[in-house]
Amino acid sequence: MITLDINGHEHTLDVAPDTPLLWALRDTLGLTGTKFGCGAALCGACTVHLDGQAVRSCITPISAAAGKKVTTIEAATDGGDRIGAAVRDAWVKHDVAQCGYCQSGQIMSATAFLKSLPQGKQPTPEEIDAAMAGNLCRCGTYARIRAAIADAARTIA
Amino acid sequence: MLPDTFPDPLPPALRDLLQRDDPAPHAAMSRRSFLKLTGLGGLALGAFPLIAAAQGTAAKTESLKPTQQPSAFLHIDADGVVTVAINRLEFGQGVQTALPMILAEELDADWSKVRTRFGDSSPAYADPAYGMHITGGSNSVKNSFVQYRELGARARAMLLSAAAARWNVDVAALRTESGKVLGPGGRSLGYGELAEAAMAQPVPARVALKDPKNFRLIGRATPRLDGGAKSSGRQDFGIDVHLPGQLTAVIAHPPVFGARLRTVDDKAARRVKGVKAVLRVPLERGGEGVAVLADGYWPAKQGREALALEWDTAGVERVDSARQLAQYRELAAQPGPRHFDADMTPLDNAPHRIEAEFVFPYLAHAPMEPLNCTVRIGADGAELWVGTQFPGIDGQAAARVFGLKPEQVKVHVQMAGGGFGRRAVGSSDYVVEACEIAKAARAAGFDAPVRMVWSREDDIRGGYYRPMHLHRARIGFDGRGRVLAWDHVLVGQSIAAGTPFEGGMIKNGVDRSAVEGMREPYPLPMRLTVHHPKLNVPVLWWRSVGSTHTAFVMETLLDEIARATQQDPVAYRLALFGDQHPRHRAALQLAVDKSGYGKRRLPAGRAWGVAVHESFSSVVAYVVEASLQQGRPVLHRVTAGVHCNLAVNPRGVEAQVQGAAMMALSMCLPGAAITFKDGEVEQRNFDAYTVARITEAPEFDVHIVPSAEPPTGMGEPGLPPLAPAFANAIARLTGQPIRELPFQLA
Repeated sequence: MITLDINGHEHTLDVAPDTPLLWALRDTLGLTGTKFGCGAALCGACTVHLDGQAVRSCITPISAAAGKKVTTIEAATDGGDRIGAAVRDAWVKHDVAQCGYCQSGQIMSATAFLKSLPQGKQPTPEEIDAAMAGNLCRCGTYARIRAAIADAARTIA
Repeated sequence: MLPDTFPDPLPPALRDLLQRDDPAPHAAMSRRSFLKLTGLGGLALGAFPLIAAAQGTAAKTESLKPTQQPSAFLHIDADGVVTVAINRLEFGQGVQTALPMILAEELDADWSKVRTRFGDSSPAYADPAYGMHITGGSNSVKNSFVQYRELGARARAMLLSAAAARWNVDVAALRTESGKVLGPGGRSLGYGELAEAAMAQPVPARVALKDPKNFRLIGRATPRLDGGAKSSGRQDFGIDVHLPGQLTAVIAHPPVFGARLRTVDDKAARRVKGVKAVLRVPLERGGEGVAVLADGYWPAKQGREALALEWDTAGVERVDSARQLAQYRELAAQPGPRHFDADMTPLDNAPHRIEAEFVFPYLAHAPMEPLNCTVRIGADGAELWVGTQFPGIDGQAAARVFGLKPEQVKVHVQMAGGGFGRRAVGSSDYVVEACEIAKAARAAGFDAPVRMVWSREDDIRGGYYRPMHLHRARIGFDGRGRVLAWDHVLVGQSIAAGTPFEGGMIKNGVDRSAVEGMREPYPLPMRLTVHHPKLNVPVLWWRSVGSTHTAFVMETLLDEIARATQQDPVAYRLALFGDQHPRHRAALQLAVDKSGYGKRRLPAGRAWGVAVHESFSSVVAYVVEASLQQGRPVLHRVTAGVHCNLAVNPRGVEAQVQGAAMMALSMCLPGAAITFKDGEVEQRNFDAYTVARITEAPEFDVHIVPSAEPPTGMGEPGLPPLAPAFANAIARLTGQPIRELPFQLA
């Protein structure tokens, strides 16, 4: 049994401690907003926050998440988090999604990135690219991802 | 996805399939109206009209086909919310927004109240041109434009009739606006208030459509209807389907296509916590696999890794990429079927000559959502939940696995996380696999729905690639760049061979999907010889199909002729078009004008590149800026000129062009190749198989040529001209043409 703090709620799970957080979220808790893309931390579709840091949940065992705060796309974009909501709104405004499968991970990476910036700092295009380089999008939505992140950064400044 | 030359009408083999897919129970559909009965809230739209018909309350219009019946496509609830059924797979291309825009335009719906749902394998959701539920060939908007307009217009006419009866006035005195019928004296009724009465009105067979100049919605840049759900983790995809009691299967595939099992040791796999069963299942090409059934993906995957399997590859061809290239080169030197012919005698004495060989590798589609399919076998039928471009063909294939009649299998089309052609498989490979596992699970005593999920490794190694191709060209031209003779040879596996599409797509030994894009639209004296070797590698259409390679060959060679004769590549192309091909000229000129080509000085080290190509009836031209950074080609900026006739949703067109161009950019990058060693695919995951990242993305502007002509498709046409435009820019910098994808600099 392992107890996890997920989106502010405690969950006690009866799964092997080496189970990746991704599968505990998706198959055990039914939080399917976090996506499976590669299983090897190569595509970023499974990105969640662990104590505010973007991590790849497909290679993060639940044992490593115990005692930390796990935030998933569902909570990051539900309006309770100012920066997460700004990113979500910018994603909608810029019509970023195509198939949309990678976008949960993109939004979680973008949100963690914007949270890491000093208050009021506007990211450069190079900084945005560097922060998002680990997230693949096969539909090729990158131009709009860049625009949405820059827009969200202005909104929260 | 589906070649440009996809046969119309359908080949006999497909027609046979489809006739079997038109079971008798659907006869009731001709009586359908479009509104639900009061008190039947919550029913699926597809179900209620049968009830309505049974109760004798629905209007009759016997002459309309299922694809023309508003009842199957439209539901208006009492609050005025309009739900439109989508007769296609939505996998990013935006039809879930464009198709309801078209219907809502003629319905005069309140766009803020428009919702959607996906169709299933019922005949109503067949493509009106092909007669089957099919998503491919960039055909969704093109083939359903008139259909969805008429559906909206029919429903509007019924609402008007109902309002006229309610107010006892002539229909001519009424008009509609944003979800309301407006009448004399300021009277107004919302569509929701009229819905029930409108259902009893006859369904008009003939309806007048709007003059395009009165369009309010069509042509307006419109945000996607699924944008909110997809920006908050609330959009479900096929992989998110969860049925009560569902088990998850992960399958061990043979390392070589078609290999069989010699020994299976599953003791360790069965000990993994959560594993329920280990099942041996038959696969295509005579192969076998071992499925691990568990209560979730992770234990199933752990179980698969714990299997000790020995494979028997005796009698199975083991492809080797280096050997294959040598074989293709030998083949290219031999005579073969001719697709075009022309007099080649001017070649030997031409003042200028180019001899070129091009090599294109196998490519995996690699949609971000790993392929999956959920199967539930019931007492008298089966249901499938799957993101598929071919629900009809997949349902037929499932029926064969289960020994059921086609009408006993229902396919629920799911939102799909990309596909690019990989979900349009004539053999229904992954669907059949899921069905075989479900069948084996049931035989082993598991009365549970089974969700099969592929890992990324299964996807990259799973076959059905864009075929490897070799092109050879010998071109003779004069000092003004006039081509005197062009002798061309193309070698590559046929996509259609051995599939239901073979009869319609292979003519005189040439698979039209391999040669589409060759020569057109240039007036060139070309001889084209084609070879289709057979290899143990499943191949498939991949976004823009033949044009993935033919556009590269054509547009880089023409650029090379322009360079060799000191001509501007834009002026050279325009001269070749002459006074023909106005859409090509308009698209190219728009890209040229908006990019500043020829007017603006580029930063040092950058060069312009140009290409234009028509595929799927749309023309896209690119003007790009590129440079070499430490010997690595970098794409900085892309300006697109697009001719797709009327752009239903310009914002969607922009997204498709940008996305297709990024997929094309991926083709150019190191690692964008599937290769074989001793029969096994050498790549496993995104570390070895390249997909472009944000750091590679150029700045991007898309411009659309204004037009009121009926729309042509945009899912694919943005792909073909990008790689040649990029290559042409690099060739200008190095003086050496690029002859291979991914790019190999000389």
